[in-house]
Amino acid sequence: MSVSGSNSRALPWALVTPALAWTCAFFVLPFIAMGFSSLTAHEGGGFTIANYSQFFTDPSYWRAMVNSLEVTGTVTVISILLAYPFAWILAEMVPERWQRLALILAVLPFWTSYVVRSYSWLLVLAQNGVVNRALIGTGLIAEPLQLANTRLATVTGFVHFFVMLLTLTIFANLKQLSPSYRKAAADLGAGPVRTFLHVVLPLTLPGIMVGAFLTFVLCIGDYITPQILGGNNELVMPQLVMMQIGRRGDFPLASALSIILMAVVTIAYLACARWLKIERA
Amino acid sequence: MRALVRLTAWLYAIAIYGFIFLPVVVLVLFSLQATSFPIPPFTGPSLRWYQAVLSDARLTSALVNSLLVAVLSSLASVTLGFLSAWGFARFVLPGSAFLRGLITLPLTVSYLIIGMGLLVLFNWAGVPKSLVAAGIGHVVINLPLCFAIIYSQMGDHQINIERAARDLGAAEWKVLLMITVPVMAPAIFAGFFLSMTFSWDEFVISFLLTRFETTLPVEIWNLLRSGLNPKTNAVGSLVFAVSIVLVVFFELTLLRRKPA
Repeated sequence: MSVSGSNSRALPWALVTPALAWTCAFFVLPFIAMGFSSLTAHEGGGFTIANYSQFFTDPSYWRAMVNSLEVTGTVTVISILLAYPFAWILAEMVPERWQRLALILAVLPFWTSYVVRSYSWLLVLAQNGVVNRALIGTGLIAEPLQLANTRLATVTGFVHFFVMLLTLTIFANLKQLSPSYRKAAADLGAGPVRTFLHVVLPLTLPGIMVGAFLTFVLCIGDYITPQILGGNNELVMPQLVMMQIGRRGDFPLASALSIILMAVVTIAYLACARWLKIERA
Repeated sequence: MRALVRLTAWLYAIAIYGFIFLPVVVLVLFSLQATSFPIPPFTGPSLRWYQAVLSDARLTSALVNSLLVAVLSSLASVTLGFLSAWGFARFVLPGSAFLRGLITLPLTVSYLIIGMGLLVLFNWAGVPKSLVAAGIGHVVINLPLCFAIIYSQMGDHQINIERAARDLGAAEWKVLLMITVPVMAPAIFAGFFLSMTFSWDEFVISFLLTRFETTLPVEIWNLLRSGLNPKTNAVGSLVFAVSIVLVVFFELTLLRRKPA
């Protein structure tokens, strides 16, 4: 079965080289370029660390990072709290043959365009939008509430997206759980509440952590939702990055801010990975 | 007590479904608005905004651009992903784990940063903004996905079929085209389909790397500057409809055939 010697050694490299070359040229190299750029002065182009020191000394830049972390943290916690019971109901209370349909329905709005989904929330939360009209109609409020262009709107848009995502991951987790664990707990005299708290919840915790990490990464790097729903009242990091390019053409500062954002995600990953390992040990 | 718990659970599920569907229902409903603002009261139904979308040359050309970029970048992603997955699965290569890690690394980086990096690089190298530049970015995000999906599906029983073909005298390229590709077809199609949907919906890379000719999400973004507008509702509803058709097609063709 062996082909001629030199041929069989060249073939595997011929297969993997195009993909590796692509990754190096359009992922690794841009990253190096961004690193160089971040250490360059916007005016003049000499070597400088000013782009980084600007972030650490200018309170408005700090503020954007704090906003990002606050929004992302809030979104992650609320999404998990909303999605877990929902996934539980789908996995445990919906009859087996309807589960697939129930799940497809639950993630259907996933398939609209991401930009359009944020815009749809703007429609719902606008000054004269559906929510305000409904509240005024029922007499709960007299004047429309300022809902759009607030942090509340950003969080709502994000939670909408991540409830769908987390429902999928938690549902998959619950379905993988063997029923014998629960039977064993029941045989040993545990009620449904104790079974859940001491058996089901700990067993699904690693899955929740994976989902939470995914939520964190996707949420903190997203520009679309905060820009459309939060407006420019309080900026998050991706908005700050885009602002440097759009308004000022300041690539070095934008590069530095991107690298700082990536560093935060990496730290979160390391923290999460360690935590997960401890859980499994 | 038990009945009360069940009732609460069902009410909760209905509330979450309501939350999930609220924006989509509002989007589609007010795309049929007869007047110029997509806010209550509902004045339709009318198809005038769909007409406005379909006669808008910018939007229709953006739609064609989006489809082109999605199809071509997905073809490139799935080809590169498949070849490398085959190489890593069938041959022992030095530093294999490291190299596989390198290929999947872009999955962990946000689109904004990938787009920024390419913008800085292209700007420095004097490459102008274009649909091709955006397409290159889409291959960067989708290649690792295709690689991961196809690599994970390359099992041992396929090696045996390939070996049999080689023993019967098939040349290496014949094994690839007539054995491996057909056997791996579900994974290849899944990679292609996922790449298509991600490229079709991708905004920030296209926003950073295109200028005059652009993709549909960027063109929709430009529409948003005019504030709330039933025309945006109509485009959004159309995109939604296309996605639903794709998902239903995917469900019916791929998942039904898959042996349980």
